[in-house]
This record gives sequence, structure tokens and C-alpha cells, in this order.
Amino acid sequence: MSVLYLVIPLALILAGLALWAFIRAVRSGQMDDLDSPALRVLHDDEEFTGKDRD
Amino acid sequence: MTPPEGQTASPDAPATCIHCGLPVPRGLYDPDAEHQFCCNGCRGAYELIHSCGLDRFYAVRDESDAEPARAVGRDYDEFDDDAFRRLYCRQLDEKHWATELVLEGVHCAACLWLIERLPRVCPGVIEARLDIARSTVTVVWDDTAVPLSRVAHTLDTLGYPPHPARSVRARDLRRKENRTALIRVAVSGALAGNVMLLAIALYGGMFGGIEHAHETLFRYLSAALGLLALLWPGRVFFTGAIAATRARAWSLDLPIALGLTVGGITGLVNTVRGTGEIYFDSITMLVFLLLVGRAFQRRQQAAAADSVELLYALTPRRARRVEGETTREVPIEAVCVADLLEVRPDEVVPADGVVETGDSSIDASMLTGESRPEPIGPGEAITAGSVNLASTIRVRTTAVGEGTRVGKLMRTIEQLSSARPPVLHAEDRIAGWFVTAVLVLAAATFAIWAPRSLPEAATHAMTLLIVTCPCALGLATPLAATVAVGRAARRGILVKGGDVLERLTTSGTIVLDKTGTVTEGRFTLARWCSDEACKPLVRALEEHSTHPVGRALRDTLPDGPEPDRVERLPGEGVEGRFGETSVFVGSPAAAAARFGEPPSELADALARAQNDALTPVLVAVDGRVVALAALGDRVRDDICGAIEGLRAHGWSVRIASGDDPSVVAAVARDVGIDDAEGALTPEGKLALVEQLAVVGPVVMVGDGVNDAAALARATVGIAVHGGAEASLAAADVYLNRAGLAPVVELLDGARRTVRTIHTALGVSLVYNAGAASFAMAGLIHPLAAAILMPISSATVLALAVHRRSFGAGP
Repeated sequence: MSVLYLVIPLALILAGLALWAFIRAVRSGQMDDLDSPALRVLHDDEEFTGKDRD
Repeated sequence: MTPPEGQTASPDAPATCIHCGLPVPRGLYDPDAEHQFCCNGCRGAYELIHSCGLDRFYAVRDESDAEPARAVGRDYDEFDDDAFRRLYCRQLDEKHWATELVLEGVHCAACLWLIERLPRVCPGVIEARLDIARSTVTVVWDDTAVPLSRVAHTLDTLGYPPHPARSVRARDLRRKENRTALIRVAVSGALAGNVMLLAIALYGGMFGGIEHAHETLFRYLSAALGLLALLWPGRVFFTGAIAATRARAWSLDLPIALGLTVGGITGLVNTVRGTGEIYFDSITMLVFLLLVGRAFQRRQQAAAADSVELLYALTPRRARRVEGETTREVPIEAVCVADLLEVRPDEVVPADGVVETGDSSIDASMLTGESRPEPIGPGEAITAGSVNLASTIRVRTTAVGEGTRVGKLMRTIEQLSSARPPVLHAEDRIAGWFVTAVLVLAAATFAIWAPRSLPEAATHAMTLLIVTCPCALGLATPLAATVAVGRAARRGILVKGGDVLERLTTSGTIVLDKTGTVTEGRFTLARWCSDEACKPLVRALEEHSTHPVGRALRDTLPDGPEPDRVERLPGEGVEGRFGETSVFVGSPAAAAARFGEPPSELADALARAQNDALTPVLVAVDGRVVALAALGDRVRDDICGAIEGLRAHGWSVRIASGDDPSVVAAVARDVGIDDAEGALTPEGKLALVEQLAVVGPVVMVGDGVNDAAALARATVGIAVHGGAEASLAAADVYLNRAGLAPVVELLDGARRTVRTIHTALGVSLVYNAGAASFAMAGLIHPLAAAILMPISSATVLALAVHRRSFGAGP
């Protein structure tokens, strides 16, 4: 069971990393607007190629 | 790609507009054209979209959502003004600038797609990002390549008229607070989750056995994470409690902070001692749940504030300044005293001044409550906020900005709003004696058990403090209020804060403004007597009239044939010929002079109209008076039902208006209200509200600048649909739907919400009382407490969210 002494700190470090990533995301403004990106993602990959001009 | 519609049109089935999908009017149908348009706005938008190769817009949008392009077609000159730049734009580097613009007409994913392709439509724009919830686009543009007015004009052509986004600073501040709140939730959530995992292992160990070394490890880890939760995200409760203590006020933060401190210290002591409950799972969960509740509340209030700010942005902030031979649009902030401004029909006068040239009539109902248009001519003073009705006038300004009458009123409102005493929430009141009771009980428990065993006495007292944690108390109220405010917003009732609902539960007096609240606030056809057949003829005669009477008739009567000859008779009316038929429309005096007394039936109607303070107009066909049109400010259709609804809630209803007393009396009689006062100044309305507030709660419902001070002073101020900016700023609630029916709904909803809150509080108090007595008797096992606590919270939360508040039918 002594593996616990290794695994638990590891798990906590992982959780800390995830938390750090989230805080960074919030501070960079990614959570300010929760509605537009959901719609934006629908169209983003279909970029203008000049072909849809009739 | 193929445009979706508008191609297969035959004269029988009218063609649909390729841009918005609405039927194309017969007159605009062009059988030879490739595409059909319902209006010029749609044509402009389509041509621009098509020429930029963005036809995909028509494929990505949801067709049921399509709306006609509502281009205004302005030049947006004022967007290039230095004053505008200083106020609304910021410079990024040498040539790049950024600004935020609020757009009208944004409603779907396709709008987002189109607007964010602005760099392609308008070269020189570097980036456009739309925040769809707030209809606000952030534009970055190269100032050397394109002026902002061109960008604005392009957005306008696409069908999204732009407006400068105001109060950006307040929003930035709110955004920063939101971020901090979100981070707190995230941190406390992560800590609570991890402590919970450790707690499960510990509880498991209680039943299945656990190695001592592991138990110690888990307990120390829990303590570390728990203390982190208390000191980082949980710090808000301590600072709040300290602030409340300094202000000698009871706040919910106080019992929470107390519970957290006691729990934290006990847990820490027990961790070091190696025996006893450590409580860190409960503590971290409590911090997390409370922060989630507060984050919800914050988000909801921010949404309401955003919607009101959107409305602010739509009020025009520009003036047309005369510069030599030409006029130029400038932002209102750039107008100086002694400037010459041009005000066209239907425009709002931007500053106080004196008319220099032009005769017109103005609608000052927003300022004074006066419902009848007033004539105005050279040399007469005019106040900012009145609407020019008839023809273009030029005004020499005498006061601008804060110096105008409206500006001074706005300052009074700010003072009144900040001076309003803070409301003591039910939850805070309960929190006050709750924490006292818990402390007394804890002391009693300790005293009872102390003679037997000191450590045992301490344990039982601590158990009591923990088990009675005010989690449900803290979450139930904000959550129920938040849910209610959100539901209300969906029904067109924007509430600026959850505590407004609490203030609406005790009945008192509702003071209604007349013009624009009880009535429609427009000069319009109120009554038509006798002959219906001549209506189209009257309309045809008034087709090009600029007189307020003519405009009111034109807006309400059906289309008519083209007259052969029209002659205007200043001060009397208008006369015209349709083939052999001659028609006269004019004042009763002019009609009497020409055609003698009207027939008795019309004479009665005339007397009645004059008695009701309406403006009568007689219609004569071929020398015979045949009909009477009575014009005035019409009472809203749903008003009587709404007033009954208000009375059914126990409120007494009265009218306070700035309009002529005879008009006010007539309207009050019409809707069945006994207490009605007219000719009130804004200060008079304020005094009335203050006087009524001594007796009980006062709700003020109004729309005008003249109501704003009273709105700010009232227990709750409600601004109705279409109200002036000042009233928006002053009110606690803004109705996004016309009429008074939403007020009744608001009272209903408030009552239901507060009942829900009380039920939730009751349940949580009963639970706490039960738990406290068990704890005092020393009967509660820590495990049982750990299970009971979340169950009670969940019950209370389910109650708070599930109970219907708004939109639950009758």
C-alpha cells in the first residue's frame, strides 16, 4: 500500500495543473462570453475559398 | 451556390424577399429581376453580402429567424469626431484602434458569422468579434485605411445599425469581478472534490478498517486542502464578516465565517491529536456550495444590468451641428453652448436652447407628462429631451450636458439612488438571531456536558456548531431569487437585483404616471364617430401633412385614393377634392363657420369629446358635416384588467401626472381610479412619493424623465416599455413589454418567490433545530451528521429551484 505515498501526491499535482490551466483560461477572458463561441464553432472550419461566389 | 428562395415567383403567389423571406409588396415586384426584395434595406444588404462572396450567410442561417435588414442609411459622421474617439475608442498602436459597438438586429448564428467576416466586407477592419449575448461587437481597425464611420456604415448596410457602447468601464469592472468569482468557485470545487475523495477513504476505513499510517496521511492531507480552501476562496466570508462587524450590521457572512472558523480549528486540533472528527469534507463542500450560489446570483444580476445597458446604448447620442452652409453629425459630448443645431422631425432635441428658425410642434411628454403637442416658433425656449414633431428647426444651445434640465435631474437621481437605505434581507435578519441562538445552544451544551467530561463536552458543542451550519440558509435565498429573476427576464421583466422582489411583498400604494404608462403616450385617434366611409378620404388628404393632428390621422386610418387637389388652411384644417366630391377636415370652429352647426348626434359627440379633454376634428363631405374624429392620448387596452389585478394584490392605485388636470381627471375616470393628480412637476411627484412612503411601501410606475426622481425614491421604481433613459437609470425594474400587465405579473412572481424563500428557510430551520437538539443530547454520530448535512441542503435547494415563480400561469 506504500504506493499511496507516490500516487496521492501525483494525483494532487495533476489536479493542481488542471486548476492552473483553468485559472489561466479565466484570466485570459475565455470564460467571459459563453454564448458566442458555441455558435462560432459551427462555421469556423468552412472558410471562404472564393468558390461559393456565383 | 443557389440562393434559397425568391426565385419561383408568379403573380398569383407573391414572391418572397431573398434577404429576409418576407413577401414582396406588389408595387416592388419586378418580373425581370433575378432577385426580389421587400425593401431597399434588404436590397442593400443582399448586394453587399453578394458582392463580397458571402452568400453562405443564406445557407447558414435558420430561415425561420430571418428578419428584414433595418438599415438606417446614416453617414455616422460623428464616429470620426475627436470627442467620440476620446470617449469610446482606444488606440492599440500607431494606426490601429479598437472600439466596442452595440448592434441592433443581431439574433442568430448567421448574424455572428456575417459580422465576424467584416474584415472581408470592409477592408481596413482587422478583426471583428461579436458577443452575441450582449449584441456587442469589438472592432479593431486600421485608421489609416478606413475611417470608423465607414465601418459603421457597412454594419448599417448589412442590417445591424451600430451604436457606441457606453459604460464600458463599469462592465470591465464587472467582468473582472466575474473572473475572480469564477476562479474562487473553481478552486473551492477542486479542493472540495479532493477532500471528498479522501473522506470516502476515511469513512470506508471506519467500517472496513484502515492502517493507522494511511489514516494519518489522509487526515493531514484533508487538513492541508481544507485550510487552503478556507484561506484562499473562503477568505471572502471572513472579509465580509469583518466588514459587517465593523458596520455593526448582521450579515450572513458572520455565521458562515464563525462556523468555518470553529470547524477549521476543531478539525486541525483533532488532526494533530489523531482522534475525533476532522470536518474538512463538510467545510470545503460548504465553501464550494456557497460560492456557487453567489456566482449564480452575480451572473444573473450582470445579465439584467447588461440588458438595461443595451437599452441605454440605443438612445441617440448625437446632434446635427450647423457649420457654415452644411450640417455635420457630432457626438452629443462635442456640442458646446451657443452652437447652432439642426433638429429634424422625429428627432430628440439634444440640448437646451432657443429656437432660431423654423416653426414646429414638439412633444415634451417625456419631460412634463403633457400629452398634447405644443407649437413652437423662433425665440421660444426648448428643452433637451423633447421630440420635434412637425418640421426642421434650428436651435441655438444655451446649456449642454450636465447643465441641461435633464442633466440636473439625472444628478438628483444619482443622489437619491445612493441615499436609499439598504434593505435588510430576510435571510440577514434570520442570520442575526440564528447565529445568536446557535452560540447560546453551543454554550449550553458545553455547560451541560462539562461536569461529566471536559473533552466530551467540547466535542458535542463542536458537533452542534458544525451540524447547524447555515449552508441551506446561505444558498436557498440567493438561488431562489436568482431563478426568479432569470425567469422574469425571459418574460420581459428585467429586475436589477434579487432584493427588489422582497420589497414588493408588502402591499402599499402604486403610483402610476399617466402619459405613456396608463396611456400610450402618443397623440393618436382615440374615437371616431359616425360615417366610416370617409375615413380613406381623410387619410388621403392628410397624407403629406406635418401637423400633429394630420399625422395622428394618417397613422390610424386606412389607405385612400389620390386626391385631385389639396389645400391647406392654416389654423383651420385642410380641404380637397376627389373628382366631384369635396372634403373638409378641420377644427370645430372652422367647420361651424363654413357649414353651420353639426347634426345633433355629432354635436353630442363633440361635447363629450371636449369634456374628455380630447382634441376634436370634424369631417365634412360636400358641405355636410358627417363625422367626428376625437384625438388624444389613448388609454392602453389592457389597463383596466391590470388595475384590477393590482387591487386584487391589495395595492391602492393612484395617478400622478404632469399633464393638464382636466386630461388627467378624464383618464382617471375612464380607468376607474379615484385618486388622480395633474400638473405635477418632477419635484411634485417626488414629494408625493415621499409623503406616501411614510405610510407604507410605494411603487412608482413611469416612463418619463419627469418620473425619474420619483422612481429613484420609491420603494421600487418600475420603468415601463419605451421609457426615457433617465427613467431606466432610476428604476429597479424595467419592463420590456408594453402595458401594465407585466407589473401584475411581477407582483405575483415576487410574492411566489418570497414564499418559496420562506419555505426553504423554514425547512432549513426545522432541520437545524432537530439536528441541534440531537447534538445537545450527544446523540449525533459524526458519520450521521456528514450524511444528514448534504441531504438537508439538497432538499432546500431542490425546493428553491423547483418552485415556480414567474410564468406559472394565473
